[in-house]
Amino acid sequence: MANTATASPATAHEEGQQHPLGLYFLVWGLLFVLSAFSYAVDYAGLEGLLRWALILVFMVLKAGLIVAVFMHVAWERLALVYAILLPPVVVLAFLGIMVVEADYTFLTRLSAFGGP
Amino acid sequence: MADSSLPAPRPDGFEGIVADWSSDQRAFKRVSWGKAMMWIFLLSDTFVFSIFLLGYMTARMSTPEDWPNTSEVFALHVGGADLPLLLIAIMTFVLISSSGTMAMAVRFGYARARRATAGLMYLTAALGAGFVGMQAFEWTKLIHEGVRPWSNPFGAEQFGASFFMITGFHGTHVSFGVLFLVIIATKIWRGEFDRRGRTWLKSGAGDYEAVEIMGLYWHFVDLVWVFIFAFFYLW
Repeated sequence: MANTATASPATAHEEGQQHPLGLYFLVWGLLFVLSAFSYAVDYAGLEGLLRWALILVFMVLKAGLIVAVFMHVAWERLALVYAILLPPVVVLAFLGIMVVEADYTFLTRLSAFGGP
Repeated sequence: MADSSLPAPRPDGFEGIVADWSSDQRAFKRVSWGKAMMWIFLLSDTFVFSIFLLGYMTARMSTPEDWPNTSEVFALHVGGADLPLLLIAIMTFVLISSSGTMAMAVRFGYARARRATAGLMYLTAALGAGFVGMQAFEWTKLIHEGVRPWSNPFGAEQFGASFFMITGFHGTHVSFGVLFLVIIATKIWRGEFDRRGRTWLKSGAGDYEAVEIMGLYWHFVDLVWVFIFAFFYLW
């Protein structure tokens, strides 16, 4: 990639992360609304798949807003973004393993202690 | 800071990843070592909290007894009615607000507005301290009701251990965050960040990057709470 370095003269030093205040207020407001929604899920007493789906959707949206805007990941170079966001994906594999393991423990307890 | 800027236009996208990571050079362009190290620390902390939440999931899935109904356990009795999860909802809004003030502190820091930056950081610390205070109240309430790491009157015994472990670790993170917020805000208020010379927090006059690095930690604490709120309190 040495050829790209000679494409143009050195650019000016970039000065930190400067973004309009309105963007922060927008994200702040969205986080409030999303939190209110997830609280409403519990307040309304929703059950089953709908409850879990809504909780997960609101959680992922909130996490995404915080990481992308408040932590400025949206403006970082991909080399850093992928170094941060890819490793936690491995946790999903661990999650799968522990679901199987927990099911096994549950069944073992049922057969050993005769249930609740 | 000069060495963290880009000397020339670099490719973006996947080509950029290959270009940044190869050729025996700094992998993280435009990112100072302090910020890169904070990100790597936060990545390791992500795994710590992931494993706590996975341990909680395993405990909850493998017990034949009913899990306590968090909606009722964490309800507050206000004006003759039980409001489910009220305190937790207030704590969530307080922490989100502190994240908002922190984000604005970072912005004013890069604008070199000394008093606005320090003031917003003090406000962030105050909100964080309020959060920890409410958590202490919640712990006291539950302990009075007989919740212990090994037993509780509401259901499965594993509830207490999961609760104290996860919220305790998160509360500890918030507490240390408050401490460091106050330290950095006080240094900024005194004008130490506008003086020349290198210290452990800055490389020269007007180098406010420490505020952004502090902000990364603070937003991460808020981020972890998003997951705890969803999985422990709402699930």
